[in-house]
Amino acid sequence: MKLSLGPLQYFWPRERTLAFYREAIDWPVDIVYLGETVCSKRRELRTLEWLALAEELAASGKQIVLSTLALIEAEAELSVLDRQVSHGGFWIEANDLSAVQSCREKGRPFVAGPSLNVYNHRALAMLAEDGLRRWVPGVEQGRALIGELKDAFVADGGAMPELEMIAWGRLPLSYSARCFTARALDVPKDQCGFRCIDYPDGMPLATREGRPLLRINGISVQGEETTDLGPELHQLRALGVNILRLYPQAEGMEAVVRHFDAACAGIEIPPRIGERNGYWHGEPGMRMPA
Amino acid sequence: MQLVCPAGNLPALQAAVDAGANAVYAGFRDQTNARAFPGLNFSDDELRAGIRYAHARNARVYLALNTYPDSARLKDWHAAVDKAAALGADAIIAAEMAVLDYAARTHPALPRHLSVQGSATTAPALRYAHERFGISRAVLPRVLSLQQVERLCEKSPVALEVFAFGSLCIMVEGRCQLSSYVTGASPNRHGVCSPAKFVRWDEQADGSRSVRLNGVLIDRFEPEEPAGYPTVCKGRFKVGNEVFHALEEPTSLNTMELLPRLKQIGVVALKIEGRQRGVAYVDSVTRTWRKAIDQVMADDARWQLRPEWQAELSRHAEGHQTTLGPYHRAWH
Repeated sequence: MKLSLGPLQYFWPRERTLAFYREAIDWPVDIVYLGETVCSKRRELRTLEWLALAEELAASGKQIVLSTLALIEAEAELSVLDRQVSHGGFWIEANDLSAVQSCREKGRPFVAGPSLNVYNHRALAMLAEDGLRRWVPGVEQGRALIGELKDAFVADGGAMPELEMIAWGRLPLSYSARCFTARALDVPKDQCGFRCIDYPDGMPLATREGRPLLRINGISVQGEETTDLGPELHQLRALGVNILRLYPQAEGMEAVVRHFDAACAGIEIPPRIGERNGYWHGEPGMRMPA
Repeated sequence: MQLVCPAGNLPALQAAVDAGANAVYAGFRDQTNARAFPGLNFSDDELRAGIRYAHARNARVYLALNTYPDSARLKDWHAAVDKAAALGADAIIAAEMAVLDYAARTHPALPRHLSVQGSATTAPALRYAHERFGISRAVLPRVLSLQQVERLCEKSPVALEVFAFGSLCIMVEGRCQLSSYVTGASPNRHGVCSPAKFVRWDEQADGSRSVRLNGVLIDRFEPEEPAGYPTVCKGRFKVGNEVFHALEEPTSLNTMELLPRLKQIGVVALKIEGRQRGVAYVDSVTRTWRKAIDQVMADDARWQLRPEWQAELSRHAEGHQTTLGPYHRAWH
């Protein structure tokens, strides 16, 4: 079982971002996803700097994958995508159909990210024809659905691409044209002041009776709970999962990585250090109220 | 510019056609479409009758098969495509690759529209669906500004349809798991959002009400306060020290004032949302848009937005409020 660092979902200052990834060189992760997936206005690191960081980290022997924006609307965003794909040195995590088409036109290998809708074996097979090498299922697909897909894929005579599951972190749930951080701070999106930089783990949203429910993160909304599939490691192995994805968080990431690394090396079921992910078990994703 | 109207059932289909819709869109009574609500949609016989009714009046019928089948259920979507073709639908509206691919290979003469649920927001994404599945039209997600729609009209390999009026999804269609996260009922997988069986209203002694979705408090309302349907995106929540509609207010999209512009930039069809709405809504909204479109097609330079049209549309809007939504930059 390999470990990956998923793309950074939040907006951190430039130095903090660079320091995080330079530290990660020494962590036991095999794959690092780099790039901005949420908002093209987040430019503490520009595209060329992400690419330079990718080259620097690749020298450490880790596989680097360039992640693309989940929602592409503007021409400028398409040119960023074009630069990522045209670089040619790295796989691409395609987070929308624009990225799939760009990889397909340029003959580049790609990973289907979780915001790309792949729900069945035929869709996966078509993407494999387009250059897909690895699949990160969307958040709402758990053990049973992925198992059925895999069986059907293999029954059709296909060689299953690598399978990567989100094993740690807040689940990305939705994307909008609207920036919810700007809305919460009562500033227009076009003059947002890049205020999401003040919320390195997103902005908590609770119900009116105080139950934490979601995290606002720019144009995206995440579930509040930091999900943890560590205790389901045996099931993940049995399903044929090749890679566990760990999403970066502001504090304590190295400990999370080392926890999963130790779990993968051992035979014991690791203790739960985050929240149960209902989706894996075919239930609603959120923690059910007691 | 075509007017495409919602047909949640046979009476709504007939109302839309009578009121001047150029096309209606409808779904089967199962999870193959994104309005899989109880009491809604069409049996085979009803659809056959609806298609006959529409065709006799020179209107088209599009079949929405716009949810995302998992592997075990894919054959049901294939069967729905076969049925749409056999019953004589004029096009299918689909989002999912395997459904589109099956339709393209099995019924190449049946036109394929990319559903709004397909989340295609760029020219490369539209090229993908065009090259891969031979779509002839795409419905754009409600996230693009008017300028972005205009640029896409220039670059798209296929004709474009946009949403003109109705309830406003603020998330990119096909990419919202809020209902799924809270209830397990998924727009993509099951064709539902925040279904009624998870909704619980509680009234307090003072007449105030609270509404929960699968146990999660979505909002509270004062005794006289109007209360909307509790989707997660339109609830009031606490962020920092403020309680407000953190994602969106209950409001509807209304693009009528953009009509001349939408015509000029080459949008081929305007879609009215609302298969879950009744005959009165379909009749009134369709008639109002018919008049406005006829006038704009006759003379867009001198076209004027009539206050009575806006008043009529507002009557049918969520919370009686409308917005230009994403078409207008300030909404973002």
